Amino acid sequence: MTDLIDIADRVIGWASSDEQVEVFAVHERETEVRAYGQQVESLTVAESQGVGIRVVINGRQGFAHAGTLDLDVLAETLAEARDNVAFATTDEWCAVAEPDGIPPAELDLHRAALTDHPTGAKVAAALELERLVGEADPRIVGVESAEYVDSISESAVVTTTGIRSTSRETGCYLSASVLAGDNGETQTGFGFSIGRQPGDLDPERAAADAVERATRLLGAVKPDSARLTVVLDPWVSAQFLGIVGSTLNGESVLKGRSLFADRLGEEVAAPSLTLIDDPTDVAAFTATAVDGEGLATRRNVLLEDGRLLRFVHNSYTGRRSGGASTGSAVRGYASTPGVGVQALALVQGSRSQAELVADVEDGLLVQGVSGLHSGVNPVSGDFSTGAEGLRIRRGALAEPVREFTIASTIQKMLQDVIEVGGDLEWLPMRAAGVSLVIGDVTVSGA
Amino acid sequence: MTSSEDGPGRLLDPSLLRDTLDAALRTGGDFAEVFVEDRRSMSALFDDGRVEELTGGRSRGAGIRVVSGETTGFAHTADLSPEGLRSAAEAASAAAREGGSGRTVALNAAQVVHPGVVAVLPTDVSKARKVALLEDADRVARSEDDAIRQVTARYADSRRRIQVANSDGLLTGDDQVRTLFSVSCVAAGDGGMQTGRESVGHTVGFELFDRVDVADLARRAARRAITKLDAVPAPSGEMPVVVGPGGGGVLFHEACGHGLEADLVAKSASVFAGRRGEVVAAPFVTLVDDGTMAGEWGCYAIDDEGRPAGRNVLIEDGVLTDYMWDHLRASREGRDSSGNGRRQSYQHLPMVRMTNTFLLGGDADPDDIVADTMRGVYVAQLGGGQVNTATGDFVFGMTEAYLIENGRITAPIREGNLIGNGPDVLQDIDAIAGDFAMGSPGTCGKDGQGVPVGDGTPTLRVTRLTVGGTAA
Repeated sequence: MTDLIDIADRVIGWASSDEQVEVFAVHERETEVRAYGQQVESLTVAESQGVGIRVVINGRQGFAHAGTLDLDVLAETLAEARDNVAFATTDEWCAVAEPDGIPPAELDLHRAALTDHPTGAKVAAALELERLVGEADPRIVGVESAEYVDSISESAVVTTTGIRSTSRETGCYLSASVLAGDNGETQTGFGFSIGRQPGDLDPERAAADAVERATRLLGAVKPDSARLTVVLDPWVSAQFLGIVGSTLNGESVLKGRSLFADRLGEEVAAPSLTLIDDPTDVAAFTATAVDGEGLATRRNVLLEDGRLLRFVHNSYTGRRSGGASTGSAVRGYASTPGVGVQALALVQGSRSQAELVADVEDGLLVQGVSGLHSGVNPVSGDFSTGAEGLRIRRGALAEPVREFTIASTIQKMLQDVIEVGGDLEWLPMRAAGVSLVIGDVTVSGA
Repeated sequence: MTSSEDGPGRLLDPSLLRDTLDAALRTGGDFAEVFVEDRRSMSALFDDGRVEELTGGRSRGAGIRVVSGETTGFAHTADLSPEGLRSAAEAASAAAREGGSGRTVALNAAQVVHPGVVAVLPTDVSKARKVALLEDADRVARSEDDAIRQVTARYADSRRRIQVANSDGLLTGDDQVRTLFSVSCVAAGDGGMQTGRESVGHTVGFELFDRVDVADLARRAARRAITKLDAVPAPSGEMPVVVGPGGGGVLFHEACGHGLEADLVAKSASVFAGRRGEVVAAPFVTLVDDGTMAGEWGCYAIDDEGRPAGRNVLIEDGVLTDYMWDHLRASREGRDSSGNGRRQSYQHLPMVRMTNTFLLGGDADPDDIVADTMRGVYVAQLGGGQVNTATGDFVFGMTEAYLIENGRITAPIREGNLIGNGPDVLQDIDAIAGDFAMGSPGTCGKDGQGVPVGDGTPTLRVTRLTVGGTAA
């Protein structure tokens, strides 16, 4: 792979003494194999790279990015970033991050077993997954997609203020999306398995989950509208936590777009909720030792026993709110560092999903949601999303249901949490999932 | 405006493209294609009372695919030198990995008809003028009402030049310029915070601002947030839903647009598979996907496989007439692509995508439609959606909506999703007005790729949709 730190160092060498410069460079190699009808439908071998250059002069910043690391383009990108500085408004808090003395955790996120994995074996993995899914159940009438994807990525951040950090990691997953059919009706389900190297992947589990999710929805009806206790499946709760995380972001707080802006130290959630963002947990799919500004990531406790303890910050929002970065700068090369949670998880309880369900008299297990981007407003807190799952009656899973919504507000849902399950699982997103029981949710159906 | 490959679309020399195709087919293959892209973008963000940043972007590279039997091999590179292209061609060829004898390709330049003329290239306009628009929007929005607490305004333009050459001998190119402006406001009141957003985007240059007044856009965004401060909880359950002009495009995009994409149909992952020629909608429903609509957000001269954009009637008078096609799906059916093969960038494989999708107007009076509705919801602005094409179940968000009580639009309601089933909703449309309007510019996501799309509708009513609120 290209030596990113050398490239970044070279750009930093072009900086003049009256400016701060930050260079963020990435290089990624990705392989994607899709199987269909026991043939390779497509095989993509992709190598991509990019650089984002930020220049700050007297509290004004300019930015430019390019999808290549060619030297002439780097010079052009630096010139463009400099040219953009003049148009920004002066902001006394605006500056490139400074080293804060916290050493990055030593995380081993890179596996030679993946970088050395032959393409033929990747193809075989996708084909095997498709076969497993197709053979699992006579009601599986089609496999919409079965794929193997891996990536090897490296990044570097170098600044004129003395930050010089790199990270590299490998990751891979298998995923299947299937169609189950019966009496002219079709239902869908998906399953996946993630890891840092191919040996971590469990194709049987991915296939079984996809088949189970699709077949158990066969015969689904539209439920009657009601107020119910819902059990969110880990896949769903992880998405819910991601939204909660966006309201605990220092930028939203400073700019008056967070529900929780004035509530530090208050009980904003049920006492069973302790929420931690810890990118140094190697079990997290998104684990990383350094953030988007090159500072060490760290374990940040956001909610403790329902009490709001802190927001996450990058160096700008930390400085402006009178504190410091929490190592929570998130970015791609095409944007300046934003703020966000990176590996969010609830402290789990002790009981299985089945035990949680057994305690619900009249409720609903939500196995999938849709339209989170269109029906949830993290500023107002309104929460409404399409859903599918199974009714719970007298502590047992009952008929499958679809074409309904679940609605409440983010504030109320956090207070209405009844129990956190003991089945925490890291998912291919910035949050872990766990079965979560929430009371008094409006189900809108027939 | 017409141009040959020597026009603005020309990025690489035809002989280099031909050599690359030859390299891609050296060890066999049924089809090879080189897609070259050079994209420059500029955006400016005004937030929290200040110009936060200006961003310039450049991305340039080529994607090469080789189709061999049922298998597509794909590789891309940011290195447009002869060596870089040959290496990517060999990688794509190895990925498709079939034996057979090599062949050579002759390229013929195609004539391209552009759907519009760009009057003012955004790169010819000073950054200071662009920033001034943002400052205007912020000032106007904040002066609209004291309740406005935060304003975010964004300006963005892009110029995307593409060139496509393939082993069928096609050589063509396009030059796509898009300009976008959006304003988001946060208002605060006794009941908490609310948001309002307005955006306008067209496949045109800076002349967009000759006809779009950013102050007007800012006022509307601010009013939307303020109106919602008085919003009551949205109702819960099935009821009639009236969608205002321009707003309903997202509904059709989700309810049936995705289900009419031939790649999903071919895998039986669409409820509309095998239903061509059947009645799928109420008799006054005619749905069109039209990539040729000059200036609209989803328009272009050629798609990302080099096929001219088309005006494709998908549903005519309630009958499903055709699906949308890309090269791969069309060639397997022995027909022509409908010009719907699109990709996010040179780093992506093309697939079937919508362009500008809209419902033709009817003859009902929009006021009568509301007056005829005893109890329901009026949706003035929709905010995106999602569909499961295999089941047809879809959701879409309402970002400005009101109760309808006794034939009159009354209280604003809080945000939420509506959920329905595509085939059911198409049958349940019982009134379409003649007040057609295009909606806001959108980005449609499919398989991780985002592309610009437009949509539009007149006022219409669906007799039964499930509103996902919290009120009884």
